[in-house]
Amino acid sequence: MKILSTVFALAALALGTSNLQAAGPSVPLAKANVDVTSQPVLQRGARLFANYCMGCHSTEYMRYNRVGRDLGLTENQVIASMIFTTDEEGELVAPGSLMTNAMTASYGAEAFGQAPPDLTLVTRVRGEDWVYSFLRSFYRDDTRPLGVNNLVFENVGMPHALWELQGWQELVERDGETRLQVVDAGAMSAPEYDRAIRDLVSFLAYTAEPMRAERQRIGIYVMLFLLVFVGLAYLLKKEYWKDVH
Amino acid sequence: MAGNPADKVQGGVMGWVDARFPASQLWNDHLAKYYTPKNFNFWYYFGSLALLVLVIQIVTGIFLTMFYKPDAAYAFASVEYIMRDVEWGWLIRYMHSTGASFFFIVVYLHMFRALLYGSYKQPRELIWIFGVLIYLVLMAEAFMGYLLPWGQMSFWGAQVIVNLFATIPYIGPDLVTWIRGDFVISDATLNRFFALHVIALPLAILGLVVAHIIALHEVGSNNPDGVEIKKDKDANGIPKDGIPFHPYYTVKDLVGVGVFMIAFFAVVFFAPEMGGHFLEHANFEPANPLATPEHIAPVWYFTSFYTVLRAVPDPFLGVVAMGAAVVVLFFVPWLDRNPVKSVRYRSYAHRINLGVLAVTFIVLGYLGAQPVSELYSELGLRLSTMYFLFFWLLWFHSRERSAVFSVLSFAVLVSVYTFYDLMRIGTANETLVMAAWLLPTVYLLATMILPVLARGLGRDRPVPERVTA
Repeated sequence: MKILSTVFALAALALGTSNLQAAGPSVPLAKANVDVTSQPVLQRGARLFANYCMGCHSTEYMRYNRVGRDLGLTENQVIASMIFTTDEEGELVAPGSLMTNAMTASYGAEAFGQAPPDLTLVTRVRGEDWVYSFLRSFYRDDTRPLGVNNLVFENVGMPHALWELQGWQELVERDGETRLQVVDAGAMSAPEYDRAIRDLVSFLAYTAEPMRAERQRIGIYVMLFLLVFVGLAYLLKKEYWKDVH
Repeated sequence: MAGNPADKVQGGVMGWVDARFPASQLWNDHLAKYYTPKNFNFWYYFGSLALLVLVIQIVTGIFLTMFYKPDAAYAFASVEYIMRDVEWGWLIRYMHSTGASFFFIVVYLHMFRALLYGSYKQPRELIWIFGVLIYLVLMAEAFMGYLLPWGQMSFWGAQVIVNLFATIPYIGPDLVTWIRGDFVISDATLNRFFALHVIALPLAILGLVVAHIIALHEVGSNNPDGVEIKKDKDANGIPKDGIPFHPYYTVKDLVGVGVFMIAFFAVVFFAPEMGGHFLEHANFEPANPLATPEHIAPVWYFTSFYTVLRAVPDPFLGVVAMGAAVVVLFFVPWLDRNPVKSVRYRSYAHRINLGVLAVTFIVLGYLGAQPVSELYSELGLRLSTMYFLFFWLLWFHSRERSAVFSVLSFAVLVSVYTFYDLMRIGTANETLVMAAWLLPTVYLLATMILPVLARGLGRDRPVPERVTA
């Protein structure tokens, strides 16, 4: 019996530690280390998202005012900094609307070959590290229609939207290895750019699961309560079972 | 035990009720005077825990149906609406999705407990049969529930599984169209799966659970010693090794509930995706009939059987093998004819058999989640063979076998799969096939031939009169 349990546990352990990852991109991904608990991080990410992404990509399961509430922005700040689209009457859309601001799918498909996907859940589909690495891996490639390619997502239709921040990278050979190198500097240094992308991916991790920080916070209290509960239940059991021999 | 009129309360509110409804009788029959062996161990928590998960699934499910829209155009968005705009919707949804996986964890451990202590043996065969039926309906319930979020994996998983029926000769293709209600997985399929998931199958599960418990309470619980406590009663007709379920096991199960909840809510609050095993990454993308995901794998609780399916080259025979892997469970009470119930007093050969089954089932599950490779399909085939051999050995160990019968049946079994190997072996896969051949062969050697050489390994031990500690 004891032996059986041990075998069982060992087998479970051996399987648990091996990583069940499906086939991913051919290059190793860098760690995003997102932070969804810090409002400043999320605010900076939201600013980048509004300035560089929202023109093409929607986050159609998210509402403007929810972003405002969670990121500590007033309604006026949300209207001024995030809402640029109008409804059929020409009025700015209400702050409670879903963020369906992007170009139409048909226009997107015409412009880029494939409509820009909705990004609400992109970090849950692709993984945070993937998105982080993807946004750092654009490089010049004259064979592509837009003159740009990506190491993480080969032959992607998307242009390098953040080129003015990162500058332009090219593939260079060094020490027998092919790697990316910035050849035309942008507005940011490499560490600054990495931090900006980390903010942006943190914001996307937030839109993918806006309650993530709250869920982890509540979870601690639930665990503490349950530990007390188990302790009391155990004492109760011991008391009742005193007379069972 | 049923219906003791002495249990009726006289006078008062309870007296009024008892004169009209057997409330006190039911309470006594199933809780306060239901005598349970006093030696239950860790493995005996999972029955009540399965009931707890069932309640969690039903209650959270009711709230989810208030906000979910079973419409291909809205289903995906309505789930995200629940996650964002419904107060505490995320908690309810995560509890439901985590509950599905925990249901299977609990049920698998519960079933393994029955195998360990022979809880399916006379007079408990019907409890086991009802249990396997619950498991079957639960699989259907989980499968149909998985379509509802209408993500990529919902869609393509359903596509693969429903298409299995298409392999049935003659009626297959028409049958599949009838199941889907359309020529593809579509809104019609989603609607009927919703109906089956929220009412038809839960009703069936509830009915079967009631039957499972009634049958259990008719004959009484087995225990880790496999001793029938009802055979040794005191002057009052109470089993000497029995204690009333309430309060003893209600308070004990409360501890189990607490520990279970810690594990359950740790996943809900800190790892609801469980690394992509409880909620698959591809399922956060809306269903798209035009784009097949890179790698389609069923959720973890089906992957063991999925490996059995993939181990057989012929699609229809694969489906038959997969079906047989589940259906064979119904026959367990009649395969294992050994009078000794508990593994504690069974032979080492039988213990090895149970241990190998546990490992086999887990590794089969791992393989089913992986993309096909040469090594993995070879392992899948060998382990599927071993899964079925377990049931042969269960019968084989019903009593001590003679040397002649052991060697002869061993030779027949080994030559059957060796013959199949000779048909498929080539220069490319030679080493792999021959190395993997050792797996079932060593397994059979250890459980069939070793006990012939060292008789002690195949011998059961005497069962005590009373339960131990």
